[in-house]
Formats: sequence, C-alpha cells, structure tokens
Amino acid sequence: MKTILEKGPKTETQKNPKSYPSGTHIITGNQATAIGAYLSGVQVVAAYPITPQSPVVEELARFIESGELNAEFVHVESEHSAMSVCIGASIVGARVFTATSANGLAYMCEQLHWASGSRLPIVMACVNRAMAAPWSVQNDQQDSMSQRDAGWIQLFCRNNQEILDTVIQAFKIAEKVYLPVMVCYDGYILSHTVMPVEVPNAKDVQDFIPPYVPHTPIDLKKPVNINPVTLPDPRQNADGIVCHGYLEHKYLHHTALRESFPVIEEIDNEFKERFGRSCGGLCSTYKFDDAKIVVVCAGSISLLSSIAIDMLREVGIPAGLLTLRTYRPFPNEKLLQLLHDKKLIVTIDKSLSYGYQGPICVDLKSALFESSSDTLLIGYIAGLGGRDVKPYEIAEAVYETWDKYNKGKIVKRDLTEAKWINCKY
Amino acid sequence: MTTILDLPVEEYMLPGNRSCAGCGLGIGLRYILKALDGKCIMVVPASCLTVLGGMYPVSSVRVPWINSVFPGTAAVASGVSIGLKALNKENDYTVLAMAGDGGTVDIGIQGLSGASERNQNFLYICYDNEAYMNTGTQRSGATPRGVKTTTTPLEGKRHNPKDMPKIMEAHNIPYVATACVAYPIDLYDKVKKAKDIKGLRYIHLLVPCPSGWQYDPKDTVNIGQLAVETGAFILYEVENGELRLTGRSRRIAMGGKLKSIDEYLNLQNRFLKFTPEEIEEYQKEINQRWEILVKRDKSLQKEEN
Amino acid sequence: MDENEVRLFFRNFKEVDLIQIRWHGRGGQGAVTAGRILATAGYLSGYIGATSAPFFGAERRGAPVIATTKLSSQPIRDLSQIISPNIVVVLDHTLFKSIDVTQGLSNGGWLIINTPDIINPSPKFNIVYVNATKIATDLGLVYAGVPLVNTPMLGTLLHVLPKIDLSSMHKALEYFFSPTALAKNFDAISQVFREARVIPLNNSVIKG
Ligand SMILES: Cc1ncc(C[n+]2csc(CCOP(=O)(O)OP(=O)(O)O)c2C)c(N)n1
Ligand code: SF4
Ligand SMILES: [Mg+2]
Repeated sequence: MKTILEKGPKTETQKNPKSYPSGTHIITGNQATAIGAYLSGVQVVAAYPITPQSPVVEELARFIESGELNAEFVHVESEHSAMSVCIGASIVGARVFTATSANGLAYMCEQLHWASGSRLPIVMACVNRAMAAPWSVQNDQQDSMSQRDAGWIQLFCRNNQEILDTVIQAFKIAEKVYLPVMVCYDGYILSHTVMPVEVPNAKDVQDFIPPYVPHTPIDLKKPVNINPVTLPDPRQNADGIVCHGYLEHKYLHHTALRESFPVIEEIDNEFKERFGRSCGGLCSTYKFDDAKIVVVCAGSISLLSSIAIDMLREVGIPAGLLTLRTYRPFPNEKLLQLLHDKKLIVTIDKSLSYGYQGPICVDLKSALFESSSDTLLIGYIAGLGGRDVKPYEIAEAVYETWDKYNKGKIVKRDLTEAKWINCKY
Repeated sequence: MTTILDLPVEEYMLPGNRSCAGCGLGIGLRYILKALDGKCIMVVPASCLTVLGGMYPVSSVRVPWINSVFPGTAAVASGVSIGLKALNKENDYTVLAMAGDGGTVDIGIQGLSGASERNQNFLYICYDNEAYMNTGTQRSGATPRGVKTTTTPLEGKRHNPKDMPKIMEAHNIPYVATACVAYPIDLYDKVKKAKDIKGLRYIHLLVPCPSGWQYDPKDTVNIGQLAVETGAFILYEVENGELRLTGRSRRIAMGGKLKSIDEYLNLQNRFLKFTPEEIEEYQKEINQRWEILVKRDKSLQKEEN
Repeated sequence: MDENEVRLFFRNFKEVDLIQIRWHGRGGQGAVTAGRILATAGYLSGYIGATSAPFFGAERRGAPVIATTKLSSQPIRDLSQIISPNIVVVLDHTLFKSIDVTQGLSNGGWLIINTPDIINPSPKFNIVYVNATKIATDLGLVYAGVPLVNTPMLGTLLHVLPKIDLSSMHKALEYFFSPTALAKNFDAISQVFREARVIPLNNSVIKG
C-alpha cells in the first residue's frame, strides 16, 4: 500500500551540499567520524545501530535527511546486511561507508572477508568495544583485534582529530590500493568524549581525494562474473589466457596489503602538507630516541602512556613511547628498525589472543625475532571491558619492569605469560 | 475469565529494576511470570529487557535467565528446549524467549522463522516498543510510519511497519496472539493458555515506552489503552487458523466504536505533525485493518446471532 | 627516591592547570549536554584543553547519571575517569539522598547545587546554590513535563571559573541551539548567574 509519506519527495532538497562549517568544533569521536565521511563525499551509508557506534549513524542520517549531504542512507536490519549493502554499492562504483562495534563487527565477519577478498575500498569505523559474553558496552579492542586476519587495513586513532583525519585518509588509501580500511577508535573514551577538532574545508578534502574508479567496472559489453567458484589451480579463460587460481588471488590480496605501507605513509605526509596535521603514518614516537625502555600500544591509551612517560622521565628512567597506528598490515620492518637497539619493550594490549598473549605483544615479538640484539619484551593486558586505566598504573608497570631488569631479576615467565594491570582476581 | 482477584499473589519480579521511570516493560513481565507460575527459563537477547534484568551480580527477576546474542534468541531457545527434551525435563519448565521488536522483526527474524518451521517447543514473546530503544531510539522494522527516531530525525520513518503476527501466522504455528501491557489480565490469560500448548507459541506484546515515544511517564497505561481503543493496535489470538478478537478490542467490535486516531498520535511527541489529510489516511488504513480482523472473527458473528 | 616514594610520586602526579568538573543529574536532565557546552565555552575562553564525557554505560531516564568536564591550558591527555574533581555540579538535589555526590571532591573544592532550599555553609567546600528549576519553569524551559535545568546551571560556573564569561557562554550555545532556543537558554543562564548565592568556605554569603 503506497502512502502519502512514501510517495512524497524528500521534504527538504539539498540545501548546501557538502559544506560542513570548517574551523574548530568541540565534538565527540563519533561526530568526527560522521563529519569525516561527509566531507569525503560518501555516496552510500548502510549501518545498523550498536552502542557505542550509534551516534555515528544518527549523525549521518541527519546530514542526509536534511539534504546537507547528498547520499543514500540504507536502514538495514542487521550488520551482515550493512556490510552486504556496502559490498553491492561499492562494486557498482559508489563511495560507501559504514560503522559498527563489537558484536556487530563479529556479525559481519563473513562479509568482512568477502569485502577484502573482492578488493573493495569500503571504509568502516570500528568503535572499539568489548566482546560478549558477558555483556559489556564498554571499551577494549577485542573486536577489531579479533578481525585482524580478515584482510583489511586497520588504522588506530589516538584522539578525535585523528579520527576525522584518518577517515578522510582512509578513503584515499582504500581507493588507491583497492582494500577496505577499518578505522578503529576507543568506544566512549573517544566516541563519546568531546574535544577540540579542526574541521577542514570541504572543498580541500574533495581535492585531496580523487574520484573512485572501481577496478572491475560493470559493463554490458564486457560482462564479468564477479567472485565465482575459483579452483585451487590457475585455469585458462575462453581467450586462452591462464588466469589465477584461488591461491594466486590470495597471494595478490596479501601482497597488496604488504605493499600498502608506503601508500599509507605517503598519504599521511600529503595530508600533512595540505592540512598541517599528521596521524603518524605507520607509527609515531614520543621521547623515543634516547629511550632504553619503550612502551608500545595502540589507540587512545597512547595519550595516557605519554603522561606515564613524562612521570618516568622525572624519576630518571629513560622511557619512551611508540604508538602503532597501522596494525594491519603489520609494519614489522619499520618496528624492527625503530626498536632493535632498545633494551626493553613493554606492550600494552587492550585485548587478548586468548590462550596466548596480547595481539600487539605477539606480533611485535615475531617482528623482533629477526633482530640480532637481545631486546626483551614484556606484554601487559589492561583496560578490558572498560576498566579505567590510569597513567600511574602504566608508569608503575614500566618502573617495575625496569627495576627488575636492572637487578637481573627478569625470569622466563615474565617473557612468556601475559601480565595484567590492575587485575583484582 | 480471570479477574484481578484471581491473580497469583506470588511475585517473580523483585522491587526495583534498571528500566526507565514509567516503562511499560516491567508491567508486562510481571504478569507474564505470574501466568507461568515462575516455572520458566528465560532467553533474552540484547535489549532494554537485558538492562531491566539487572547487572551482574544483581538480578531483578526470580527465574532462571539466559542472555543471548542479539540475533540468536529463537535459536538459543530452540537449543534450550531441545536440550531439556534430551534430558527428559521438557515438562518441568516453560522456555520463554522474550525479545524486543528489533530483535524479532529485524535481526532475529531468520532464526525465529526457522524455529517456527520446526515448531520448536517454546513460547516466544516479542515485546514491541516500536524502535531500537536500548541503543537510543533508532527506527526498526516495527516502527510505525511517520515516527521520528534518531535515524529518521527530521522526516520521520517513510515505510510501513511489518505485520509480525501475520508473518508468524503464515508459519502455521499452534498459537499466535497480540497483547498490550495496558490490559494485563488479557495478557495473563493469553500466556496461561499458551503455556499449555506444545510447539512454538508467539505473543506480540505492545509496550509503550515514555523515553522513546516521548510522553510523560505517568501516561504509559493511558497510551497503551488508547492504542487499543483507537485500533492502532488490535487485541486478538489465532488458534489453528481461527482468529478471535479479545479483551477491549472484542468489546469494541461487539458494540463500541474506535476512538479517533489523533487522540493517540497527539499525546506522543514522536509522531510528525501530520496534516489533516495525512491523519485521515492513517485513520483509513486503521479502519481497513480493523474491518478485516473483525470479519475474520467468526465467533463474533455467532455471538451476535 | 626509593620505591615507595616513586610510587607516591606517580600517584600524585598531576598535569598542570587541570580543572576537573563532575556533573550529577538524572537520565534525561541533560547533564551530558551541559558538560559539553561548558567544554565548548571553556575552549572559546582560552582553555586549549577542553573535554567532556558522559558516564560510560547505559543511561536511563530518571536514574542517576554522571558527566565530566576537564579544562586545561594544555591539550588534555588523561582521558581516564575523574576520581577527585575540583568542582561538583548537582542538577537535582534529591540525588543527595541516594548517592554521595561529594565523593572525591577535594577540600576547598566547589559544590554547586540546584535546590529550592537555603543551603548551610559546609566546613569543607565552597558552595554555590540556586533554584534553577524555578527559573527554568518560569522561562518555559520545560520538555515532556521536565524542567530543563542543565543549561541554566551553567550560569553558576561563571562564579567559579572567572576565565569564562557570559559572552563566550553565548558563543558556545550557538553550537547547540536554534536561535529561539538559544535566547531562552541564555536568559536562563544569565538569571541563574544573577540569582546564584555563593557561600565561600569562610561562611559569609555573597549574593551573586
Ligand atoms: C549483532 C548485534 N548488533 C547490534 C547490537 C546492538 N543492540 C543491542 S540492543 C539493540 C536494540 C534492541 O532493540 P529491540 O530489540 O527493539 O529492543 P528494545 O531495546 O527496544 O527493548 C541493539 C541494536 C548487538 N547487541 N548485537
Ligand atoms: S527506553 Fe523505553 S522500553 Fe527501554 S527501559 Fe526506557 S521506557 Fe522502557
Ligand atoms: Mg524495541
């Protein structure tokens, strides 16, 4: 049954397309995300509400309904469908965006692999939240970390400015290397906290991101069957050309990820030239060069850790900080180059590869395996399910480790088992 | 028919819970648990009901309660009921799956459809507050047309809601009913009846929500009654394909008159400001649906004769 | 420094100039919005660091909620929760019955209350009080039967944070309200500013 409301045109036509007022705004991480997608000229948004991501969707829905942003919003009935809509729209050439958290991301899992396997430049915000069971809506990074093998680029943000800037950069990276990008930021700590954010001029952003050209255009004269059953071995097509087997496709997917390091760095540099801000490329450092003990972490906990570094320096401990911005692909060579001559590394993971150690910890260990030096790495777990982490707790962990090291008291267990910050068990 | 004096005095809900002031959900759950004599195992997905249930290690309800992922309610309930069967304990409990409208008509519909087709042995109650309330009032597949939500903030929802009880009827399950928390005795009778039926039983329960519908919390019962009295929501049950209007709806069909819909719309800030023309159209749709259901109710004609 | 001294140093380490404000209200009263407006006004008045966060979790209408605002002359790096605020703002005096609103409030800190009653001096805190509910009701700032006291109460902070003035408050409101709502809210803030009573620790009542 058609109704008046359904028949009618949108009540307000495009008022002022893509012109969010530039300047400093005091906004949440979720608003920064929505504005980033808006300025990037997103054409299709499909998303499903989940705490703490919901305000992203609400903000974008408002931009679109008010006619400020000329895009389509699809109110899907699940995250699986959200990613499916993104896949469909991206295949035909639309610039698409979605956002989710925790169980929503997990519910998309099947389609995450499909999106990356199809080499679609979808940009998604993952507002980091703890995975159930038991239920928790609060922050840790288990959701994105659990999807690290889904073939996406994963970028972590330290503050709301970086969220906005990274969303913009993400579209450019994605469309250049034909890989989906997950922009990860801490739920509540950033998603719901307002702070000053410089919003760039819309025109400048559009100049920064070239138009999206799909790698396989839909063309009736040259019809293509996209992602059919692919056999293990290469196989001839009708023209007698040998085409890839499944394994070669996966080799290419992986190679594309490994080759995106310079692209991620270049785009961050280019962004800096144009807008005067950098998000740290692959990773960034603080009080690092003369540091002998280095904290490694990702996301907003980097800000807390920088306070801890200041405390440690005041008591004479040569501590420094390395913040991972790009987690997938894992910048192992860059890390090896930066860290090989450090004596001690303390990783702080807000997630756990259950049954082993924190994901950053184990990945970093494997990266340092090639190092000939005798760097020791101690892996801490902190902040699961929203447990508040204080700068002094990080400082204490580093202090204890440094003290033990200097007294020659570090034992094998310290290196092989996850250590917990503020676990009251 | 049950009267208020016949209700069991035993309470299965503890005083105080975490839902909003004036929430209709607690009223509903209280009578549901009374009708089941507290002998049930609840399966609950992410929703306002999860929050109402309490935060670890505190619970607001005196019955076993299993939390489920948001999309999985009907499948987890299938597992619970079949597990009990495997252990020969099927008759010891009613398995009560209780999910919101979003968890039912949107993300959970696949699992519910599968469980219905298998006629799995549990009672499924969809409590319908007509949006995703727990995440902050986003539109759902059950949100009425013309409602402003946080994802339809200016123009209101542009699509008609799904008729979920009708969808469930099409699965040919033994019992489908609608109820509203403003008529707790009608709800109580339906749950009691459903309890003694084997297979998948479905009750669609309207729950006014002051926060999402944007009205004064004191008006919950009033608004629930108006929903029924205007025909925006109709009370009925379907057993083996036979539809029967019940409670207030039945009394209106037998000699009353539906109130005009604007009474219901005007009390809530969630509805767009409709033009008289649009209200008339709304009214027309309601009347049509009312007539269809009244006509389907053969028992009414018998009573009239 | 020995180990214990170091630990104590870590625990007491404070970033310079950090002002920590905690808001207490009930779900639906708008504590979160008030915190955000204050952060915006603070930024516009020269606090380079300005953040505001809600309590992390589900917020239910009527239930006690917390929001926090931090202001500083430097960008804020500590996004962890506030344990010891300098200022506590209570939007609903009935909260005193159910929770300890002054928890962690440092001696000599500021306790700001929306209350219809005269408040006695406190031996520990500076006090500001005002009947913002009445002011909001009189000005017609009411939604779905609830007087909106969140924005009006911002007027009290002008007594406590002299760096923020009415004009930057006005500018901040422009980010949050349409012109008509802005005028009403600004009037309420101004009136609260005028009517608020300040009782400093030395007990002498200063009429605002
Ligand atoms: C896979 C997944 N997606 C999204 C969510 C977030 N979520 C939790 S409750 C909820 C809304 C529930 O709406 P409804 O079922 O109508 O119940 P109500 O809260 O309205 O009572 C949503 C979207 C989730 N928990 N899991
Ligand atoms: S949001 Fe609505 S349904 Fe949920 S607890 Fe509050 S009043 Fe009840
Ligand atoms: Mg609902």
